[in-house]
Amino acid sequence: MKAELQPISSALDSDGRSRLPKKNARWSAYSHLLIARMRELQREPEIVFWVFVFPLLLALGLGIAFRNKPADVPSLAIVAGPSAQHTLEALRGGSWKFRVDILESDDALNRFRLGKYDLVIVADEQGFTYRYDPARPESVLARSQVNEALQTSAGRRDPLHTNAQASSEPGARYIDFLIPGLLGMNLMNSGMWGVGFALVDMRQRKLLKRFVATPMRRSDFLLALTSSRLILMIIEVGLLLGFGILVFNMRVLGSWFSIILLGCTGAICFGGLGLLTASRAQKIESVSGLINLVMMPMWIFSGVFFSYERFPALIQPFIKALPLTALNDALRATILEGASLRTQGLRLLILAGWGSLSFVLALRWFRWS
Amino acid sequence: MATAIECRGLRKTYDGKVEALRGLDLDIHAGECFGLLGPNGAGKTTTIEILEGLLQPTSGHVRIFDQTWHENERTLREWLGISLQETRLSEKLTVRETVELFASFYRQPRPADAILEQLSLTEKADTWVGKLSGGQKQRLAVATALVANPRILFLDEPTTGLDPQSRRQLWDIIRTFQKNGGTILLTTHYMDEAERLCDRLAIIDHGEVIAAGTPSELIDRLGGHHVVEFSVNGTRNAQTIDVWAALVGVESVRTDDGLVSLNVRQPHLTIPALLDAVENQGAELLHLTTRQASLEDVFVRLTGRHLRED
Repeated sequence: MKAELQPISSALDSDGRSRLPKKNARWSAYSHLLIARMRELQREPEIVFWVFVFPLLLALGLGIAFRNKPADVPSLAIVAGPSAQHTLEALRGGSWKFRVDILESDDALNRFRLGKYDLVIVADEQGFTYRYDPARPESVLARSQVNEALQTSAGRRDPLHTNAQASSEPGARYIDFLIPGLLGMNLMNSGMWGVGFALVDMRQRKLLKRFVATPMRRSDFLLALTSSRLILMIIEVGLLLGFGILVFNMRVLGSWFSIILLGCTGAICFGGLGLLTASRAQKIESVSGLINLVMMPMWIFSGVFFSYERFPALIQPFIKALPLTALNDALRATILEGASLRTQGLRLLILAGWGSLSFVLALRWFRWS
Repeated sequence: MATAIECRGLRKTYDGKVEALRGLDLDIHAGECFGLLGPNGAGKTTTIEILEGLLQPTSGHVRIFDQTWHENERTLREWLGISLQETRLSEKLTVRETVELFASFYRQPRPADAILEQLSLTEKADTWVGKLSGGQKQRLAVATALVANPRILFLDEPTTGLDPQSRRQLWDIIRTFQKNGGTILLTTHYMDEAERLCDRLAIIDHGEVIAAGTPSELIDRLGGHHVVEFSVNGTRNAQTIDVWAALVGVESVRTDDGLVSLNVRQPHLTIPALLDAVENQGAELLHLTTRQASLEDVFVRLTGRHLRED
């Protein structure tokens, strides 16, 4: 059966396609360049790992390491004496939880010094002496809790009625802060490497020169490269946010449209910076150095892993002018606070400014050979 | 005969110092295979890249089928099929994807399948470029040029580094293109390749054409179609070169590491005289051959150097 069918299908092939002179449509070059670029990316396992898998591993690792835990139970040492046992019972009777040991004075102080205990309590006829370390938050906390418990058990009545509600909502945790930052950093990494490195590699291979020797429009080539970045961007955004939602119960408050639009602006901005770093470099070694040089300040200052507000006020304007800071802030405001794009005008303007400035300079300096 | 490529007074100076070309003129006819010969650094690649519109000459002009790069770049690009020296195509694309990509740049390309068939790449159509052998890669480079359905084919050292079989395969492809009415400009530093393929050629050295014509014209101009090569021992006298030069029918003498080469018109007159002279010198003949003069001899005669200094 198979042998009989084969000649028929091949005859159809040669009738249908090969003999007619094929005319290429206007966007044929663009679509072929885009498809070729996507195939190359897909066939490069390193790219798939660094662009898609690595950020997820980073989110998973940091999300677990810095997950929010209930506060530690304070550990206390009571110096042995006539009232020690009484104190112990008073502490256990209250609503607070403590880990308590009764020790000899020297022993208690020694272990307190080594950090084994948060607080040392000495009981005498007049009352209590607390030995605590004001530089250790858990020590300060233990002192106030112990004081609260002992005063209450001694019969203190609070003049005010207060209510406390426990609240650990998604949105305020470290992972919620982290994922938009990782998204911004990933868009920067893949934009700079995906455009800058790819172009210099093609220049070094004399492939750019070979393309320019054909009737290919240079604008089609750059457009295809940009389009491939945008397609990748959508996958990156979907993967990271989807991961956050599924694994860490993250809540996305802003609209997906705004998030994708921010992603586009970011991807194009960093694509432009990548183009600029690649405009003259002849060797991939030199462009690698250049890309790292451009990205380094943003890794440190732009609030990927921790808030940039910890840096001195003097350099805050500089930090806020960086494109990754603008992107991270806008992503956090949109994803975590549900801010509308209208409120992100200044940040979008910073991104657009960096993007268009680098595109203009890059196209002026760009070398095709 | 129609002129395919004409260039006059091409000069190219890099960084205002290095003179790569110093006033180069060429006329290449439609339908011929024209060779640019010269040692490395002679200016072959600079010339071909200026003709391809990839480099601006410092001065001089180029016309291709009466069009200039300045006015008709897009049309000219449609007409040219180009294989650059040392282009490394994307390794992660297959052979067919690569040819189809290049085909998409032209208004009316040839079908990719037909090109693959013609260059014997059909079996490798779905292989990644990175997995091809040197000869297959070189054929693929020519395929990306031929898929354009060009009027002129530019090949910059298409056979460098290929094994003899792959070279012959490429020669057949070039001849077929020419038979179908195409014009070819190729650079090479293989003399035998130039002699077999080219209708006419120009020898370039230090950025100038130092000789041009058909291969047999050039060999004729050497004076003497034959080369007598021999070596002797027992003569340490430098003046012996004058003895050889004075022999009957000798046009020129060259010595190379003990081997003496005489360009002669009539070996049957020169050889007896040579044997007598050797005996008179009290020397002993170690080795004697005669052969047809080649372009290599022309080149060495003109420049005092071999084409390939390995």
